[in-house]
Amino acid sequence: MNGAFDIRGESHIEVHKFRLGAIIIAMLMALVIQTWTPIHFSKAALLDLPLLVTIYFGLSRRNPSTGLLLGMAIGLAQDSLSGPTVPLGLYGIAKTIIGYLASSLGARLDTEHPAARCALTFAFFVAHQGLIVVTRRILLAQPEPWFNMHLIVAALVNAIVAVFLFLLLDRLRKN
Amino acid sequence: MVAIPSRHKSLVLLAGVIVLQVLMLAVQIKRDSEGRLIRVWTVGAVSPFERAGSNGFGWIRNTWRHYFALQNTTRENEQIRRENDALKLQIAQLQGKAAEADRLAVLLNFRQSHGEVPMIAARVIGAGAGTASLTIQLDRGERDGIRKNMGVITPDGVVGKVVEAYPNASQVLLLTDKESGVGAMLADSRIQSPIGGQGEPLLVMKYVPNDDTVNLGERVITSGMDRIFPRDLPVGTVAEIKPGNPFKQIRVKPAANLERLEEVLVLPSLRPLAMKNEQNPAAAQPSVSGAANPSSAAKQ
Repeated sequence: MNGAFDIRGESHIEVHKFRLGAIIIAMLMALVIQTWTPIHFSKAALLDLPLLVTIYFGLSRRNPSTGLLLGMAIGLAQDSLSGPTVPLGLYGIAKTIIGYLASSLGARLDTEHPAARCALTFAFFVAHQGLIVVTRRILLAQPEPWFNMHLIVAALVNAIVAVFLFLLLDRLRKN
Repeated sequence: MVAIPSRHKSLVLLAGVIVLQVLMLAVQIKRDSEGRLIRVWTVGAVSPFERAGSNGFGWIRNTWRHYFALQNTTRENEQIRRENDALKLQIAQLQGKAAEADRLAVLLNFRQSHGEVPMIAARVIGAGAGTASLTIQLDRGERDGIRKNMGVITPDGVVGKVVEAYPNASQVLLLTDKESGVGAMLADSRIQSPIGGQGEPLLVMKYVPNDDTVNLGERVITSGMDRIFPRDLPVGTVAEIKPGNPFKQIRVKPAANLERLEEVLVLPSLRPLAMKNEQNPAAAQPSVSGAANPSSAAKQ
């Protein structure tokens, strides 16, 4: 087990609370930036900010029900903004599961350390892409490669960005 | 009634939410419905922020390019420059507007030189929210006369087509998307074939037989057979040719810079080809050579 992960009983893990407005604004900002930055910086398409926000609130809130509902909301919004070639539910299902997994893990591990956040984001990004491929292949019958180098690069970039983004989002916590 | 243990409630909720979304996926495929209401709400909520972000970024970029960049070249006149900061800021803003006016003038000239084809100028305010599709979002929508399946171009070449029109915004599927396609032909040999995207920067020309001669660098233009784009608009240039079975594998570099789009033109007429056919019926007869049903180029 990674040394950065502090495994403790659930009762020792601090649950962080956020104002509802802060969560909504963070989700909206993630969506807006996600749709807007690739126009000016094409490499920014590597980032999946809605996924990072889902992971963050999942890990911090540590409530699986809240995590999966947040993931579903942001995933469906992302589907809606991706055009009609992307059916509603593609990102929705993937982010629902990631939201659930993140909050379930957050309730068992101390995920405040940057190294833990980086490793978890990497794993969640790969899992998210895997879920999208499974949905495309099984439910939509669309051919999609399981693995390519682009996925690893994107996972690394997202994991690094997550470390800094999560520090920024920590400021939204209620004291 | 069987009570669900509290530790399993979230699992039940997860299962319920997943099943709901799977059903939603199934309904969309079965009925070819696209959940339009949810899309309209989401685009309506997000597009004002995109519009504001686009304008704000344009202002910041212009200020950076035309104001701060000048600091390095006029370092020795520091004192004088400070006194003129306010004026330069104004100049920077004007330069930004002038650059924008230049770009718009190019669009205007293009529109005037193709006066017979009506066009709507639109600004790009967003891109797709994920990597699953290659789309852009425009600041014009149904209220401006934009409708689904209209062609989108720049003076450089074809960009894509409108796949969804909302009241104040619209989504365009880029030519490079896997689902995208356009009726095209090689400019010199006049060989027709649909051309489409693969989710990569280069396009693929699909149905050119091995027997036909194609040259690297040859221009690819629209054939007009898809009833979306008029004939002879630039699509790209041949960048790679490989023999295949039974068709050549031809990769084409798009003429329009699809990674840096700021303003585009939407072709409101869905049948511009018909206009041209009437004027010059002879020109409307394509020299089909190995084209496998080019009219299927527009997949949607």
